[in-house]
Amino acid sequence: MLSEINYLLFNAVLLVSFVACAVYLVFFFSQKEKLRKVARMIFLSSGILQTCYILSRYLIAGYTPITSQHEAIVFFAWSVTWGYLSFHWRYSVRNFGTFVSVLVLIMLLTAAMASRAFNPLPPALQSVWLPVHAGVSVMAYGFLALAFCGGIMYLLQERELKSKRFGFFFTRLPSLDSLDQLNSHCLTAGFVFLTLGIISGSIWARQAWGTYWQWDPKETWSLITWFLYAAQIHQRFTVGWRGKRAAVMAIVGFCAVLFTLWGVTFLLGGIHSYAG
Amino acid sequence: MPADTILLLGVNHKSTPLAVREKLALSSGYEEPLRALSRIKGIREYHLLSTCNRVELLVCAREDELIEKELQRFLFGDALTAEEYDTYLYSYRNKEAVHHLFSVAASLDSMIVGESQILGQLKEAYRYASKQKCTGPILNKLLHKSFSVAKRVRTETCIGSSAVSISFAAVELAKKIFSSLENKKVLLIGAGEMAELAAEHLVGNGATDVVVANRTLENALDLAKRYNGQAVGLDEIVDQLARVDIIVSSTGASNVILHKNDVKPIMRDRMNKPLFFIDIAVPRDLDPALNDLDNVYLYDIDDLNNVVELNKAERDKEAIKARRIVDEEALKFEDWLKGLAITPTIAALRKKGNRVVQIELERTLPRLKSMSDADRKTIEKMAAAIASRLLHDPVLFLKSDSCKDSSDMKIDMYHSVFGLEEE
Repeated sequence: MLSEINYLLFNAVLLVSFVACAVYLVFFFSQKEKLRKVARMIFLSSGILQTCYILSRYLIAGYTPITSQHEAIVFFAWSVTWGYLSFHWRYSVRNFGTFVSVLVLIMLLTAAMASRAFNPLPPALQSVWLPVHAGVSVMAYGFLALAFCGGIMYLLQERELKSKRFGFFFTRLPSLDSLDQLNSHCLTAGFVFLTLGIISGSIWARQAWGTYWQWDPKETWSLITWFLYAAQIHQRFTVGWRGKRAAVMAIVGFCAVLFTLWGVTFLLGGIHSYAG
Repeated sequence: MPADTILLLGVNHKSTPLAVREKLALSSGYEEPLRALSRIKGIREYHLLSTCNRVELLVCAREDELIEKELQRFLFGDALTAEEYDTYLYSYRNKEAVHHLFSVAASLDSMIVGESQILGQLKEAYRYASKQKCTGPILNKLLHKSFSVAKRVRTETCIGSSAVSISFAAVELAKKIFSSLENKKVLLIGAGEMAELAAEHLVGNGATDVVVANRTLENALDLAKRYNGQAVGLDEIVDQLARVDIIVSSTGASNVILHKNDVKPIMRDRMNKPLFFIDIAVPRDLDPALNDLDNVYLYDIDDLNNVVELNKAERDKEAIKARRIVDEEALKFEDWLKGLAITPTIAALRKKGNRVVQIELERTLPRLKSMSDADRKTIEKMAAAIASRLLHDPVLFLKSDSCKDSSDMKIDMYHSVFGLEEE
């Protein structure tokens, strides 16, 4: 019974996210203000459905559902969605939702292709640290994904402004300044979570494996990612790395995040390669 | 006897890229070029308009291929080849020339349709031309008419209120770079009319500080006072760049006054905060390579044109109304011109009448010796009255509307019927 609900819930999530993305895209092209509100409500319902889906998986499995590929990606999409929604209540960046909804839809489609089976939890992961470490890390990735979307928008808008050919994106995208601020806020929030994720992971590693740090590929890449973002934030506050450079760095950083998440698991292996 | 042709030659922001317009911008003012024009043979009346978006030459001359060539040479000198003349230069005659002038005056041909500066510029150009006695009856009438057309367009359509000037475009762009203009600082280089307009719009949209840099500090002080700003000399520009966000440059300098290498070190001091340069001067004040710097955005007058295109749709409706007014007035002027075409015929007719009277009086009066002087005068008057009575109806017919469309034919007919050929 519960697994049927679980199955239906995921399909509902997919469907609602697809509709949200479609309405956002229609709004992006037509720029009708009414559609924006509709799209936001649908996207909000998608966020709520994602929460329900994760809760239902938690109830079935009895542990935080973040250990399989499928679960990790859904969790990632969830953090992007709620990161955006929480962000939206504080700042308004024109047409940001369109880009985020596309990214979320791509993630959910990827999740749909992965196996949805419930795997028994490996002994190393049976710990109270699982939700803390994985949850905090995925929240970090959510914000960094938002910075990535902002970075792409910045580059698009900057290109229009520099080339002086005012085409499709000029009117639709927000000002460079607001995109740069978005970058700064998302990066700061993402970086704080990323740091917490690494610290919590290290404490957990001490408990599970007896050592804080063992240069496992995933750990190494997490550290590389962390340094990338640390350097970025440091440069912003000391010599004013902003604008295009910050946007490019946000995109590069996000690529490093994706590699840490999946590239390491599939290419490099190591003891840390469970799912996410 | 062919009437004079009204000929309008020119380049504007639509036909010609900025780089070419720079070559012919008349930075020395109107007096010198007008004097040069007076040396060209065959043109009776002439007028010159030079703004940062257009240079237009309006002449009234005998129809002649050579004159057009001569005027082309006057405009471009040796800067361009003959093919380039043809690509960049537009030339209009008579009806079309009148229509074009009215469109320009009514600001329908402006980079920013409906902006009001062009009328002032046209009036100023006319003031110079008439002061140097370059214009005659036809151009005087034509230019005065163009002023009244512009006024009519302004009062009868909303074209002026929805459109503003170049500064409108600048504000739009600034809003895409800085999310709002609140607390942004503006540096005006050059204290001209354009700079003032731009400042007004930027301040109206929230910009706070205005710094004016000008060659003559006095003008800078005047303008700065209006915005509670400060005035600086031209050599302090680079220092000011560390403090301001938006720079509007509109000096009459013939060279670039700010280079890429001047600005590059400033960006570090500014912690890469964006700089937005607006160059509304022709020739350009600012190094085009500035735009290559990160977080620096440079727009010259042609680039602003592209922004304006975006808001065009709203104004197009009013522009249609305005065009109708221009069409209407151009037709009216054409009628006047046609009327003008018959004036020499009427004059010739009157002259002929007078001569006939004169001849007959000279033949008759000497024979009437007994006449007193007073009687003689009366006879002379009577003869003149008979002649003008006789000519009254033919002249009326020539002037009547029914004649206007075929006035050339009527004129020919009058010439043969009244034997005016020998005039």
